[in-house]
Amino acid sequence: MLKTFPKGGIHPAENKITSSKEIKRMPIPKVVYVPIAQHIGIPSEIIVDRKDKVEIGQVVAKSSGFVSSNIHSPVAGTVTKLDMIVDTSGYKKQCIVIRTDQKNESNFEEPNFPLKKEISMDQKDILKHITDSGIVGLGGATFPSHVKLDLKNDNHVDCLIINGVECEPYLTADHRLMLEKADEIIVGIQILMHALHIQEAVIGIENNKKDAIKALKKAAQSDKRIKVAALQVKYPQGSEKQLIKAIIKREVPKGGLPMDVGIIVHNVGTIFAIYQAVQYDRPLIERVVTVTGKKIENASNFWVKIGTPIKDLVNEVGGIPEGTRKIVNGGPMMGKAIKNTDVPVTKGTSGILVISEDEASRGEPKNCIRCGECVDVCPMGLEPHLLMNLTEKGIYETAANEDIMTCIECGSCSYVCPSHRPLLDYIRFGKSIVKKLNTAKN
Amino acid sequence: MADPIIISASPHIHSARTSKKVMYDVVIALIPAFLVSLYVFGYSAMILTSIAVISCLLFEFLIQKYILKTKVTISDGSALITGILLAFNLPAGLPIWMIIVGSLVAIGVAKLSFGGLGFNIFNPALVGRVFLLVSFPVQMTMWPTAVENNTVIADAVTGATPLGIIKEGLQFGETMTSLSAKIPSNMDMLLGITGGSLGEMSAIALLIGGLYLIIRKVISWHIPVILLATIAIMTSIFWLVNSEQFANPIIHILSGGAILGTFYMATDLVTSPMTKKGMVIFAIGIGIITVVIRLFGAYPEGISFAILIMNAFVPLINKYFKPRRFGSKIKAKIV
Repeated sequence: MLKTFPKGGIHPAENKITSSKEIKRMPIPKVVYVPIAQHIGIPSEIIVDRKDKVEIGQVVAKSSGFVSSNIHSPVAGTVTKLDMIVDTSGYKKQCIVIRTDQKNESNFEEPNFPLKKEISMDQKDILKHITDSGIVGLGGATFPSHVKLDLKNDNHVDCLIINGVECEPYLTADHRLMLEKADEIIVGIQILMHALHIQEAVIGIENNKKDAIKALKKAAQSDKRIKVAALQVKYPQGSEKQLIKAIIKREVPKGGLPMDVGIIVHNVGTIFAIYQAVQYDRPLIERVVTVTGKKIENASNFWVKIGTPIKDLVNEVGGIPEGTRKIVNGGPMMGKAIKNTDVPVTKGTSGILVISEDEASRGEPKNCIRCGECVDVCPMGLEPHLLMNLTEKGIYETAANEDIMTCIECGSCSYVCPSHRPLLDYIRFGKSIVKKLNTAKN
Repeated sequence: MADPIIISASPHIHSARTSKKVMYDVVIALIPAFLVSLYVFGYSAMILTSIAVISCLLFEFLIQKYILKTKVTISDGSALITGILLAFNLPAGLPIWMIIVGSLVAIGVAKLSFGGLGFNIFNPALVGRVFLLVSFPVQMTMWPTAVENNTVIADAVTGATPLGIIKEGLQFGETMTSLSAKIPSNMDMLLGITGGSLGEMSAIALLIGGLYLIIRKVISWHIPVILLATIAIMTSIFWLVNSEQFANPIIHILSGGAILGTFYMATDLVTSPMTKKGMVIFAIGIGIITVVIRLFGAYPEGISFAILIMNAFVPLINKYFKPRRFGSKIKAKIV
């Protein structure tokens, strides 16, 4: 039996169209739009000005607090504007616009980083490199990585879990990265184990990526401390709490963090970024993005500079097909629908999904028939139908008592609801109100 | 892009499941039992079912359109199911006006006055049936016997149901041994050659439909399996204690609408609990109440009452048997 989390979950059509497509390098964009809020926490502080010349990897906005992150210029060029642009959230956010210098050779050099296995740095240096390189969780949450690694002396972390699950349908960015950079990922894991004095690491991968499981097992052969766990294909296996439960059977307490049960979880993409930051002093200025959709001609995976307009990516795969009704930044279950393709790729963009008419429109909501499907599939043991009702009626206190805040917003409830009820929409709304009420109380 | 782009929150995909498909799956599951009733009762089965279905749909339409002035939802399949199930719970040959009254009670009182689909506490078809049973006990217990199939309703010979025969016989001092000659064989009950309501005839046909519902994931196995097990265990105990005064569990399972009630009415999505834990409690409750009514109550058959009684407890069950919240009440792990 493959490992998995015990309660809830769904299995939507996988649609991993691009799983056999090697990661290609996107041509350098003419202009990049670098938002200063690409991570969870405080937006970074801009330290360049209009007309400034910037080099590849130069810090253009610096971390402005503990839970914040540096942002680097993905290209060599000139800052043309400090502007407000609409980002993936749909809101206008501060952004640094940099025009690429077409004559600067460093822009066009193929990055070449041969495998470097020896870890020469000590704990402090490793942490400093990770902090300085602006590394955030690349699985989508974009939580600044150094925060997770800055352990107090009383920590009990004994196991590092690497998230290679990629349970979102369509997305294959992590899958390809694991296949193509297996050795580097193993070194990245060793770096973290070294820095955190952890003796055990498990890489969790869903069983629909057998080749990646094989590749990582092979790469980890020489290091007995690193194991690869094949997991049953079930969404949302990649959710931190569900993954920990699946792999090591520990349950993060309500309102707690993985650290409370001695675990740290990092995404494989983050691990690769950490490898590059520590071994090659290379900041986070590009990432793997899957550009996909059922009607997309040349759907594939790309190395993309942060700040590249999504337009460029879509053009690279053959343009927006006829009948497109929705463009999603991320996967179909948790990604965000974007208004237009001017929005830039940020550190949290794992995929661009183009959805056509038949999949894009939601069914008309009908009465709840109390089938209990939403209760069955909720991986957090919540009652989505109840939370929606309470929110609808404005009974927020009861919703809070019914643990509305523990919802991980995986969307399984909305996915299965035969009456097409917008369960998660209401729960999100309810959460935001409960959050406000809680802040008001304190 | 010619068409406007849609901005909505995640998730952006949806399973192919719709409540309409769920409803029509139930209708499909009822087809085998309907075919058996056509074979056994002929025209009268057709008339009874058609009248019930048409009047349920019509009442829903009229009430929604002219009294409640809300959107008419007769195409969602739920009134259709209510009609079929109501018909299945009535004896063939029931006067047409009674069928119409039953439909009005089912749709008007049990369903729409509570707020329509999803808001009703009690199973509408069962409310209709029980209303008729207590209002017109004589007509509601006149069962045309199987031998007289394909005859005109008015001329049909009537007989009692197996459980009715047993109940009456035992009251008049007969023993199970002497009664066994009067009740149909187990095989007849399995196939549907017996007296009873329209749709409760053939256990086999109902089981096929029930299995279809479980395979299609319309219902889960919890309620049917536990309910039937409860009935079987309880009646076994009484039968083992005194096999002359109590019928054996096979008779109890195969007759008296146990299978029909178990698979199609106790599992009604709207009126059964939402969690598996709750379903277990609910099913055990129905099982116990059914057996108690059958063995010690005034009625030979009790599952309709048992389901309605437990329906009333569902809100309470939902409140107290919640799924375990992830990360709650766990012991802190000290490493």
